[in-house]
Amino acid sequence: MDMTRRAALLTSAAIASSVAFPMRSLFAQETPRKGGVFTVHYGAEQRQLNPSLQASTGVYIIGGKIQEQLVDLDATGKPVGVLATSWEAAPDGKTITFKLRDGVKWHDGRPFTSADVQFTAMEMWKKILNYGTTLQLFLTAVDTPDPLTAVFRYERPMPLNLLLRALPDLGYISPRHIYEGKGDIRQNPANLAPIGTGPFKFVTYERGQHVIADRNTDYWRPNAPHLDRIVWRVVTDRAAAAAQMEAGQIHYSPFSGLTISDAARLGKDPRFIVSTKGNEGNARTNTIEFNFRRKELADIRVRRAIAHALDIPFFIENFLGDFAKRGTGPVPSVSTDFYPADNGPQYPFDKKRAGALLDEAGFKAGAGGTRFSLRLLPAPWGEDITLFATFIQQSLADVGIKVEVVRTDGGGFLKQVYDDHAFDLATGWHQYRNDPAVSTTVWYRSGQPKGAPWTNQWGWTDETIDKIIDDAATEVDVAKRKALYGEFVRRANTELPIWTPIEQIFLTAISAKARNHSNTPRWGSSSWHDLWLAE
Amino acid sequence: MRILTLAGRRLAASIPTLLLILIGVFVLLQFAPGDTVDALMAQMGGGDAETAKQLRQYYGLDVSAWAQLGNYLWRLVRLDLGFSAIYGKPVATVIGERLPATILLMTASLSLAFFFGLIFGVIAARGVNRWPDTLISTLGLVFYAMPTFWFGLMAIVVFSIYLQWLPAGGFEDITVARTGFARTLDITSHLVLPTLTLALFYMAIYLRIMRGSMLEVLTLDFVRTARAKGMDETRVVVRHVLRNALLPMVTLIGLQAGTMLGGSVVVESVFSLPGLGRLAYESVIQRDLNTLLGIVFVSALLVITVNFIVDLLYARLDPRISTGS
Repeated sequence: MDMTRRAALLTSAAIASSVAFPMRSLFAQETPRKGGVFTVHYGAEQRQLNPSLQASTGVYIIGGKIQEQLVDLDATGKPVGVLATSWEAAPDGKTITFKLRDGVKWHDGRPFTSADVQFTAMEMWKKILNYGTTLQLFLTAVDTPDPLTAVFRYERPMPLNLLLRALPDLGYISPRHIYEGKGDIRQNPANLAPIGTGPFKFVTYERGQHVIADRNTDYWRPNAPHLDRIVWRVVTDRAAAAAQMEAGQIHYSPFSGLTISDAARLGKDPRFIVSTKGNEGNARTNTIEFNFRRKELADIRVRRAIAHALDIPFFIENFLGDFAKRGTGPVPSVSTDFYPADNGPQYPFDKKRAGALLDEAGFKAGAGGTRFSLRLLPAPWGEDITLFATFIQQSLADVGIKVEVVRTDGGGFLKQVYDDHAFDLATGWHQYRNDPAVSTTVWYRSGQPKGAPWTNQWGWTDETIDKIIDDAATEVDVAKRKALYGEFVRRANTELPIWTPIEQIFLTAISAKARNHSNTPRWGSSSWHDLWLAE
Repeated sequence: MRILTLAGRRLAASIPTLLLILIGVFVLLQFAPGDTVDALMAQMGGGDAETAKQLRQYYGLDVSAWAQLGNYLWRLVRLDLGFSAIYGKPVATVIGERLPATILLMTASLSLAFFFGLIFGVIAARGVNRWPDTLISTLGLVFYAMPTFWFGLMAIVVFSIYLQWLPAGGFEDITVARTGFARTLDITSHLVLPTLTLALFYMAIYLRIMRGSMLEVLTLDFVRTARAKGMDETRVVVRHVLRNALLPMVTLIGLQAGTMLGGSVVVESVFSLPGLGRLAYESVIQRDLNTLLGIVFVSALLVITVNFIVDLLYARLDPRISTGS
């Protein structure tokens, strides 16, 4: 991993400017080659492939090439129209009007119209899509005065700024004529054979083997796409995926799909590029969640002591390499729109202070130096979490807290933490989705129904933070919203219901033959209409 | 006729076993925290409690565990394996898609292991305590002790990455459409490394068994008689010793058809083959009970079939068995 984070970010800035001035592009001397098959590592198969129904990178990595959203993010992270060409919000924030692109066709030849937008928003985003149901909770209707205009009507003000930042992930459109009146939307066969307006047309899905999509010859962007075909190869074993990259069977492994050591090794090979570039919109923090039902953890001094007891820079340097850095709060530093100037209290490594805080809280070391014991549940989504759990266990032993690490698989983790609340500490990831209101604030807002994963199930209630969250969610003024989220971050870091000690960006390994890759902040999820392969 | 009766009796005897296995697997999976819907939520990256409730209702998970088991068994009686929550298709279809890869891999590995195990076993026994025996026995021990996944990865490093002779994974090359003989050749090239990886471990077992049983038979009276009649050594080995020494080998095949399914989980993962082993593993992770029970059912049928064939082979090798004396 020769490329440092700073270099990676600088390069992404360079690419960003090259997209803004295409004539001066880095690859201006190279003409895009038409043709070629791009092969992608697909690590975890999904129940279905329609991004209007499921917001997850596992779906975007395939469905995002076939279906399109109203809005995506450009190289600089600003919203740019895809199926929408322009948007406008009424001053009261309760009406948002989208003008749609003309001449766009579904893969089966039918024209794309505002009726598709209306149907998708009301029947899929509002009723089924995870995070969409929360985002569109106050959406009352979508009016379609003409085929190219969709008017979203909200019961409470919807900040345009929030909607535009949420739509790249939560704004994929599905064809109304395929879904309407065909029974349960969740069971529609098109969910596994998606029909969209995107640059690639679905061809086949062989479970456990591969998904294939071919060039859409009738695509609305001129001279796009460049590739003939994309093949997603299902490879669940990470070591096997690295081997297949080296053998030339795979061009691209997205979203930290390889082991940390394999990524480091491929990074030194000139045939591959390994970096965080193109994933800035997929930032994530490593988290420690405290269960407030335990009297020890309900004491703020204990939570702070635990934070002080961990030598985070040591852990990052020795286990995560150059692609991670110290986290500062629930809003990661790549979020240019919401990262506050002041994040509030931080908790540097200080074992003495940790011990003093625990003494002060009344948990004196008993026989054998142990103060009390805790059960820690690490989420099974990545080797960094497993390593971090062991690190927490050993670090806390030093200050007299005995930690038992309880390992489970995905279903077991969600059930025990979010349904049974059978944990003292939990550690996992929080993925930031460009705006805190999309999926961050639900980690802190009290009153979440039991059993809803990735929400506040810690038993923590705080009226102040609830009010900030509610106000910010309907605040139309951009500057005021940013200020409110600054307050949110400071409050979260002061009260520490969740600690976010490490900030990471997903790692990408891609063949050096690929061109125009990693040029947007959510490139792995984007449509790849400009991607091409050099010979 | 006798053989058919024997087979029928065995089949009838295996039904309660099958039932016990299915109930056992069902009960075991109840102990794992979380259900299909939890796994689905993990896959989706979030969702609200209301959705979870609806999904549980949809998949019939809102009734008690015993009612679920009853429903399942009742469906099974009507030969309906149910619907897979994770794959969104009937379980029979899901298994049908995965069966060819597993059967190809198992048959190829088992025949390879059996064939070379037999040959090496005979060579080792013939040259007992001399260099061929030492060499073969040592190699056998190494293959037996070596973890399958490690051998698989090393094979990939050597043959796929450095030499670039064989593909590193997958069932066939999907970037080019092939048909007929070209496709067969392509699938074969994809199966060489996984077959070898899976076969070496079993070959090690077979050659040890074959060596031992050859050595034992070689000391028996009828061998001495055959030699005393002046029969040449090759004839003695092939006609008299081999046939009798094969019995324990055949027994082993019947037993190992089952364990091989387990061993193929690792090989299928390392070589990204779409087989039953990996499907079973994923079904456990996803708590996809219907699929898992379906796989258990089909594997049990597979093992019963193999054992039936083994019984037929027994009769052929040792006539005393079919006459029932």
